[in-house]
Amino acid sequence: MKVVYLTRKAEFSASHYYHNPAFSLEENQRIFGKCNNPNGHGHNYTLEVTVKGEVDQRSGFVVDLKDLKETMNREVLDAMDHRFLNKEVPEFKTAIPTTENLAIAIWKRLEGKLKVARLHRVRVHETTDLFVDVYGD
Amino acid sequence: MKAHLTRRYWFAASHRLHSEVMSEEENRRTYGKCNNPYGHGHNYALEVTVSGSVDPATGMVCDLVALDRFVETNILEKFGHANLNALAEFRGAVPTTENICTLVYDVLEKGFRPASVEKVRLEETMLNAFEYAGERGLRI
Repeated sequence: MKVVYLTRKAEFSASHYYHNPAFSLEENQRIFGKCNNPNGHGHNYTLEVTVKGEVDQRSGFVVDLKDLKETMNREVLDAMDHRFLNKEVPEFKTAIPTTENLAIAIWKRLEGKLKVARLHRVRVHETTDLFVDVYGD
Repeated sequence: MKAHLTRRYWFAASHRLHSEVMSEEENRRTYGKCNNPYGHGHNYALEVTVSGSVDPATGMVCDLVALDRFVETNILEKFGHANLNALAEFRGAVPTTENICTLVYDVLEKGFRPASVEKVRLEETMLNAFEYAGERGLRI
């Protein structure tokens, strides 16, 4: 059977700041620099979700793109788009909303929610020059 | 030392997603807008990744002109500005991007000799892309 990988992109905008309460103010400043500004700052994130699966013989589809889009909207974008990640997204009450942690949180939100295909990779671009990949291991 | 080379191509084609084994109602439910009887088109972006040892004499994995010529003759001339449903390649298969992607890979894998074919990536729109790397799957 032919395994095909399908990637769907979406964009969302959110604000965040980096601060670890276990560090001193000076340490936070030194480690996180401008990102430590407590009033936050924002990015236009691009999310790429890659799923893998066998091509269904009858439909020629790996996954229904509409289902995937709806799952991404429901599980990720509705919760994160135009939000202050530190204050409004539960995962970041404790974890620092770095792009790494954001990709892990999105993986956990999507994992198990796909009806047919399997999640292969979550890629989050914070800017056009920086992105993080998570494969769930 | 082995290196991977990716070349990007474009073709515009039309298709209609409609399966002979489904009822009219099931076709409409499964394919939605893509089942419109008159078809619709896309600008497909095709990325072909090949790999091989870098030839010490040329510094190249393979001659790009040879890859371009192969893709031009075997893919772009056939699929470009064509109705995919009307092609012999899609007789009995629905021209979803999944099926186009695996077909392009198989054509390259069978016919292109100067380098190993690693992967075919096909973008149907700015928001979705499909990748096929044969039996072994994507390594990352």
